[in-house]
Amino acid sequence: MSDATLQPVTEETAGELGLLEGEFQKICEILGREPNFNELSVYSVMWSEHCSYKNSIVWLKTLPKDGPHMLVKAGEENAGLVDLGEGLACAFKIESHNHPSALEPYQGAATGVGGINRDIFTMGARPIAQLNSLRFGELSEDRTKWLLNGVVRGIGNYGNSFGVPTVGGEVYFDKSYHQNPLVNAFSAGIMRTGEDPVISAKAEGPGNPVFIIGSFTGKDGIAGAAFASKDLTDASVEDIPSVQVGDPFQEKLLLEATLELAKTGAIVGMQDMGAAGITCSTAEMSAAGGVGMDIHLDRVPTRQDDMQPWEILLSESQERMLAVVKKGREEEVRRIFEKWDLPCAEIGAVVDRDQLTYYWQGEVVAQTPADPLVLGGGAPVYYREYREPAYFKAYQKFDINSTTVPQDLKAVGERLLQHPNIASKRYVYQQYDSMVGTINMNTNLPSDAAVVNLKDTQRALAMTVDCNARYVHADPYQGTMIAVAEAARNIVVSGGQPSAITNCLNFGNPYQPEVYWQFVNAIKGMGAACEKFQTPVTGGNVSFYNHTVREEHTEPVFPTPAIGMIGVVEDKKHHTPLAFQQKGDLIYLLGENRNDINSSQYLVQEHGVEASPAPFFSLEEEYALQEQLKMLIRKGLLQSAHDVSEGGLWVALMESAMSGRLGFDVTTDSAIRADAYLFGESQSRVVVSVAQDRETDFVDLMMLNGVEFDLLGHVTKGSIRLDDRDWGHVEHYTQLYEEAIEKEMLR
Amino acid sequence: MKIGVVIFPGSNCDHDMIYALGHILGHEVVELWHKDHDLQQVDWVVLPGGFSYGDYLRSGAIARFSPIMAEVVQHARRGGYVLGVCNGFQVLCETGLLPGTLQHNLSHRFVCQNTYLRLAHPEHPFTAGLESARPYKIPVAHGEGRFYADEATVKQLEDQGQILFQYCDAEGRVSEEANFNGSVAQIAGVSNAGQNVIGMMPHPERAADPNLGNTDGRALLESFLMAAGQTA
Repeated sequence: MSDATLQPVTEETAGELGLLEGEFQKICEILGREPNFNELSVYSVMWSEHCSYKNSIVWLKTLPKDGPHMLVKAGEENAGLVDLGEGLACAFKIESHNHPSALEPYQGAATGVGGINRDIFTMGARPIAQLNSLRFGELSEDRTKWLLNGVVRGIGNYGNSFGVPTVGGEVYFDKSYHQNPLVNAFSAGIMRTGEDPVISAKAEGPGNPVFIIGSFTGKDGIAGAAFASKDLTDASVEDIPSVQVGDPFQEKLLLEATLELAKTGAIVGMQDMGAAGITCSTAEMSAAGGVGMDIHLDRVPTRQDDMQPWEILLSESQERMLAVVKKGREEEVRRIFEKWDLPCAEIGAVVDRDQLTYYWQGEVVAQTPADPLVLGGGAPVYYREYREPAYFKAYQKFDINSTTVPQDLKAVGERLLQHPNIASKRYVYQQYDSMVGTINMNTNLPSDAAVVNLKDTQRALAMTVDCNARYVHADPYQGTMIAVAEAARNIVVSGGQPSAITNCLNFGNPYQPEVYWQFVNAIKGMGAACEKFQTPVTGGNVSFYNHTVREEHTEPVFPTPAIGMIGVVEDKKHHTPLAFQQKGDLIYLLGENRNDINSSQYLVQEHGVEASPAPFFSLEEEYALQEQLKMLIRKGLLQSAHDVSEGGLWVALMESAMSGRLGFDVTTDSAIRADAYLFGESQSRVVVSVAQDRETDFVDLMMLNGVEFDLLGHVTKGSIRLDDRDWGHVEHYTQLYEEAIEKEMLR
Repeated sequence: MKIGVVIFPGSNCDHDMIYALGHILGHEVVELWHKDHDLQQVDWVVLPGGFSYGDYLRSGAIARFSPIMAEVVQHARRGGYVLGVCNGFQVLCETGLLPGTLQHNLSHRFVCQNTYLRLAHPEHPFTAGLESARPYKIPVAHGEGRFYADEATVKQLEDQGQILFQYCDAEGRVSEEANFNGSVAQIAGVSNAGQNVIGMMPHPERAADPNLGNTDGRALLESFLMAAGQTA
């Protein structure tokens, strides 16, 4: 190596690589000299927002981390680990892949799925179920259709081939996501406590060999750094794809090989390679163990012949891991990887000082201590300015009396059921294998949260991902509390006990004080709600810079702190469907109806009003409701339970009806405006059905607590009746609801 | 009954099949690794679903060249029993043990859902243990599951009673609407002429565990194994 990458670089190059003012100086202080290009590349990716969380970490640290069931807390490993009881533990996490998906939806989404699953199995847990949370612009736009098709095929092909079921998720459409879709992937894995070793992401034991395992390293995913290197390499950089390419077949082999390897006890530590590839994994594993590494980049198996050291350092090729192996047990590792026909190479060793040294054919090409590179070590931390945006106060001024009740409420009801935010997502979820693994208990008994069987135990695992970003936009504090509350409510109505959350924080540009205000208040709201429900935050991911560029200005996406929550269903018998079960059952509403149409889909769709506050929410009321539901379910008093969310009570009733292919006959409350009663989205309400012969027991238990409840009516064979008026048959609405998205997509 | 489940790289329904046959039905089940040549004297060989060898090129096209498949073909030619589900069915068609091919669904989309199957030839030994009067609810999950064979072959399959299952609706009616992937003659599963090899796109092992609220698939598996038990 005699080229320019070994020469000292200037502050100007640092700026081109995305480092901030002052950060170059800091690097010079750490190294005691000016960095060369390779070293600067290492710092630029490690101190990027994505790896360092430099603009978010001060606020993330305020979130509750510990709870009664935590085995591994946030930040300690790649993902949190929660005790499920009966000898099982769950590792779970959610991560964004927004920007790659905006450019190349198929590969962007596919590699998002691959990455989140590696986070789980690198710990030694076998992924058992996946969820996803997706946001797109308006469905009528061609760009949205292209993105949706690509993202869904990407998630589907990768997840289906990898063999882990996609058991739930959410999809919303809003114009704020037009250019910048959100693709958040969640995975949960299971391990046997005491039996399966938790594989730590820590390097230890000087002299222990370091292996790279999995796919070959190629020139993919390094365009971010490449653009600045035009004077260093030849014109071929133009060929470098900016989005990584996923191979689920390799991932499946890597999963099996990794778990087999984990069982041998030959592993000291292991971490998957995501952002910043070899750089990030060597730095983080070294810093976590308080050691360093000597890494020989020329020993890395590469896909192309002409790769430069910095390309190997920064490559984000998928389906790779870094593993530190106990000295003397190298052959066991090689044997397993040979069995699975996967590349594996010893590329260096652990050293007993905080120094990362990267070699190329025996020559040092980059050298830096590990600790200053990483979050919690010397990586920069910033306090950002924030300011309440003008819209916030303006939204509070909305008055329901400025709108009138529509004449034809039935027509409104039909339109709402066909709105893409409410209509069946069948077009999407049918493209995912939801049943592989034979654990999905929702296939034949759908409930609000996904529920999967924990084989050979009494228990099941519930999981959900939720966020109504319109509420968060209207009021980030209240809206994020609602997101956590809705996730918990979904777990509870399905028969579970909320355990913990992971979050995916999708926001605009953190350097805009109004955007940062949304972020800060969202974190505060999340913290308050997580404290209340005793659901600690086990980890997650921050994605800033999500916005749509318009002619006049840049519009940030709706602030979207997606909440992924897991919960334990202690007895499979508690799994409660959302569908009405039989004609004649009584329908009750738990929680209080209010004269509230704030931020409802109805208000936006029918009145064109975007400026309104978040709907009513009280953390105390919500908590009381959930405690009450847990008791009712444990006593076996509910035939069905379904929470009231987008589209209000009308949509909740219809979803219970359509899912059970039954109807309902209910009486509305004249004290509340008819549109607010049917379509309002005030929180903390659940529609339940009760068998006639259990009604007395149900009412007795309800009377013990202060939770409001109201008899709405009863389940019918199929006719829909409101206040003794005929609203038609359930089949009619089912067809509208199930076909709306598919019709729009095929148009 | 000793059953071997073949594990190809990329198989992902292998453990589901082993769980259904071993844990739920209580048979002795062994894993057969794709690089091996030893069938371990099993009565049945099961090729599970998944994406063998990544299904690159064409579903099942690479798996047929694996070492174990040479033994599976010999086993079948000797009259040994073979069941292929989903990707396993695709592999059996690729090897020529079963007639026809499996092509992209007409929608060109992967589809995962419950489907209903009815018996096409109730007297077929493999389905003799099932009720002809009712449909069976069995899930599918595939992108390439549209069964195709030329007219002469389909006629032959019909005449010789080799069609095991056809897609139908929840009431048991065979209709184009229920034929979600566009298979010729609504065919969901077939056997060979010798009646020892079965292939089907739907996954009976996904409907075997009572915890999942549907055990129709268990009935199918039991009927297959019972037929073999009687002739063995």
